[in-house]
Amino acid sequence: MNIWIAIGVTAVGCYLVKVVGLLVPAGALERPLVKRLAALLPVALLAALTAQQTFADGHALVLDARAAGVAAAAVALLLRAPFLVVVGAAVVVTAGVRALTG
Amino acid sequence: MDADTAERKSDGAVVRDALGVGVAVGLSGFAFGVTAAGAGLTVAQTCALSLLVFTGASQFALVGALAAGGNPLTAAAGAFFLGVRNAFYGLRLSQMLALPRAVRPFAAQWVIDETTAVALAQPTRRATRIGFTVTGVTVYALWNLTTFLGALGADAVGDTRRWGLDAAGPAVFLALLAPMLRSTTERAVAGLAVVLGLGLLPVLPAGVPVLVASLAAPAVLWARGRRRGTPSEAAEGETR
Repeated sequence: MNIWIAIGVTAVGCYLVKVVGLLVPAGALERPLVKRLAALLPVALLAALTAQQTFADGHALVLDARAAGVAAAAVALLLRAPFLVVVGAAVVVTAGVRALTG
Repeated sequence: MDADTAERKSDGAVVRDALGVGVAVGLSGFAFGVTAAGAGLTVAQTCALSLLVFTGASQFALVGALAAGGNPLTAAAGAFFLGVRNAFYGLRLSQMLALPRAVRPFAAQWVIDETTAVALAQPTRRATRIGFTVTGVTVYALWNLTTFLGALGADAVGDTRRWGLDAAGPAVFLALLAPMLRSTTERAVAGLAVVLGLGLLPVLPAGVPVLVASLAAPAVLWARGRRRGTPSEAAEGETR
């Protein structure tokens, strides 16, 4: 049940921000500080999430096959690979490292 | 005719661009489906997320936070904050697309990273509309189909870790993050957020460190504002 509540809240919230962008008069969110913050907030969130999902195991920090996989994704990004190749590289390398190291 | 084709991109070229992005991103719904099912969500819950939330990073974030034992509302808050960027995409798109007001609530669900990227790259309003619509239809249809297949197939896949699928989430985040790291400000925000996110992980409840890490954005803005905002003050300080 708790999960359904989380899904409901997320769905409503995420739809509302999408529709607000399309409906609100452009001037309202055009203040420079608001725009700067809106551009930087996803940067902070995505960076923190990437780091956590790469190095976290519950409440502990670990260095395992995921780090190799995400590093492979980073290399693919530097080589300007398409989105699916980037994700695929992470998955394949992670699986490969786990298979090799047991 | 020649000037015309030189100035405007042909409809076919726009459709090809849109399909390329749409198919690549749509197929990664499979990784989401498997990840969500692996995190303990039912098939119905997993599909509801893709149908109703339909913004990949928020979905991965929600599922990741729930799997880590996070409080549902904290998890939802993190997913919501990630979704806020779509409001700013909408602002840009609403000028470019110039949709009738009655259509906007329906178009809104498709306002995501990929549709925005394709739409804003087009030279004319017609191309923008085609790019947005084709990318939207393709990603929405494929993302939901592959989410469903991934959720169903999660049992057959078995241990998602063995197949490396637990690396799909962070790889998706990294792919979305990379183009945003243009200036030192963005890099400083990302660096500080990583330090906060990892440093606080052992001591705060699941989901909370990410929310605290988002404070890196106002913190860096404030620090930069202080550093260069008032040159007269700085000069004054030096003369004293």
